[in-house]
Amino acid sequence: MRYAADVATLARKDLQLELRARDTLPAMLLFVVSTLVVFHFALPAGADELAAQGLLWLALVFTALLGLARSWAPERESAALDGLVLAPCDRSAIWLAKAASTFVFLAAIALVALPAFAALFAPVTWETVAGVVLANVGICAVGTLLAAMAAASRTRELVLPLLFLPLAIPLVVGGVGASVSEEPGRFLAFLGLYDGVFAILCWASFEYVVSE
Amino acid sequence: MICIRARGVEKRYGRKRALRPLDLDVERGAFAVVTGPNGSGKTTLLRLVAGLAAPTRGDLDVAVDRAALGYVGHEALVYRDLTGLENLDLYGRLYRVRDRRERIGMLLERFDLWDARRERAGSYSRGMLQRLALCRALLHEPDLLVLDEPFTALDATGAALLDRQLADLAAGATVVLSTHDPARVGSLATLRVALA
Amino acid sequence: MPALALGAAALMGLAVVFAFFVAPQDADQGISQRIFYFHVPIALTAYACFGWGALKALLLLWRKDERYDLESYVAIHQGTIFGALTLATGSIWAKASWGHWWLWSENQLVLFLVLFLFYSAYFMLRFSIEEGPRRANISAVYALFGVVLIPVSFLAIRLAENVIHPTVFTREGPQMTGTMFLAFCVAWVGITTLAYTLYRVELSGKRLDSNLRDLREALGG
Repeated sequence: MRYAADVATLARKDLQLELRARDTLPAMLLFVVSTLVVFHFALPAGADELAAQGLLWLALVFTALLGLARSWAPERESAALDGLVLAPCDRSAIWLAKAASTFVFLAAIALVALPAFAALFAPVTWETVAGVVLANVGICAVGTLLAAMAAASRTRELVLPLLFLPLAIPLVVGGVGASVSEEPGRFLAFLGLYDGVFAILCWASFEYVVSE
Repeated sequence: MICIRARGVEKRYGRKRALRPLDLDVERGAFAVVTGPNGSGKTTLLRLVAGLAAPTRGDLDVAVDRAALGYVGHEALVYRDLTGLENLDLYGRLYRVRDRRERIGMLLERFDLWDARRERAGSYSRGMLQRLALCRALLHEPDLLVLDEPFTALDATGAALLDRQLADLAAGATVVLSTHDPARVGSLATLRVALA
Repeated sequence: MPALALGAAALMGLAVVFAFFVAPQDADQGISQRIFYFHVPIALTAYACFGWGALKALLLLWRKDERYDLESYVAIHQGTIFGALTLATGSIWAKASWGHWWLWSENQLVLFLVLFLFYSAYFMLRFSIEEGPRRANISAVYALFGVVLIPVSFLAIRLAENVIHPTVFTREGPQMTGTMFLAFCVAWVGITTLAYTLYRVELSGKRLDSNLRDLREALGG
């Protein structure tokens, strides 16, 4: 299908760019580990494992923000985004490809963050992993679109966290709930719902974010 | 056969009026040269025609769809961290260019970028970037070519290459070109649009 | 419009009278319960404003008519103001009833806090983008995200905590006596009318401002 081919082409381009520049991913990896270490010192003595679970999500969300802030940077150089908008591909494919490549980066982050967390704080359960995967989908979908909005703004680095955090709250609830609650299924289902609903909204509205 | 029809087309960005109301008819195969002082709306008009922006008011009909439209703007519209070859390959895939590799090779040679094809676009000089942009715009053999001051960034050799290309293109495609130096393309022009 | 403003003022006056004098004292919560006559309608009005703003946003994206941008913005502006009032009245109620200025167990309040953050970011976003179709489109898309966020956040907050929020309306109907219900409705109508009046006032003010600038530009050259 044409759409799938376009998405694949564009996602491949993003991965190619990151592999070549190698600036964002290493920074994110270091950031997430540093954040976890800071959290250790921020937790008062006697704080329980449950509190630590919350901190994992904070680390993931803020690391994602770091990556998202730079996600459209290659398109800003030489107005490459105009080139994509001109192309015959669906505008939503541009968003989907960017979100997909960001998902790959976040997966790489999780591969480091989760073992680090398990080593520094508390064991990581399968529910947590599932929660991270599902939450990452939402983070990528919504974050990519918001980052494109922020790219149009004068204060882009400042405004992206403001836009992203309120929308990330449900994801944090879902994720932490999946980790600590006795009914992780409900929280995972909720994450799925968030992902579905917002992915559709992002898919339908991206066209308008890049149009004049 | 009308390729571009504009009636009362106006573009505003909030308070700023970027293009005053304009009527325009460009026939298929025409070579339209757009001139005017800075700020008169040449770039805006070309962006509207290319579909990068929508008119605030008025009707604009462009009979060519995105797949058959080539655009060169002030920026090169390329990825700095990809090589010239990779950039063209990307656009080749997006525009579903047949015989992609051959066409890319041919264009790179024609615009004297073959030797630099494996270098990052970020390392290209301004003239080279402009030539890469031209390759990108011509890759899919567009029916409508929209060029915004294409000669500006080019040196003498590059300009000569473009001259030759334009002469070839004028035969088949519709061309809309804006320039500060209308004499350069004077012989090819079939329509002159002067913006105030 | 003056009629509208007078009507709103009259209804608000009536609402105050009803809330403080006509309606009977609540057995459990005493005088602090009276703020409910305002808190709940204000909250409902805030939701209505956000919904209205999202509707205008949708119309902007669909019809591509610039007019809707201002209408959407003003609606969201009003919604944010009423949202802030919801937080304020809710906080007062919480202090009067439970002794704390904030209660994380109050789902509605927490939801409004999240929404307040979200819509405050709307203004940050809007005013950091140059005026023009880009700003209008992006604001509109964000407004749509807002209305989707409302139910999703609500679900999230409910999942997060079990709460005993004195529900005003239950499935059997309002848990209020006849007079209380009447007072509530008067307040609701009053506040909605007030909100609509403010919306119209702000909208016409901004339109006037815009026309004035257009005129100045036309005269100036």
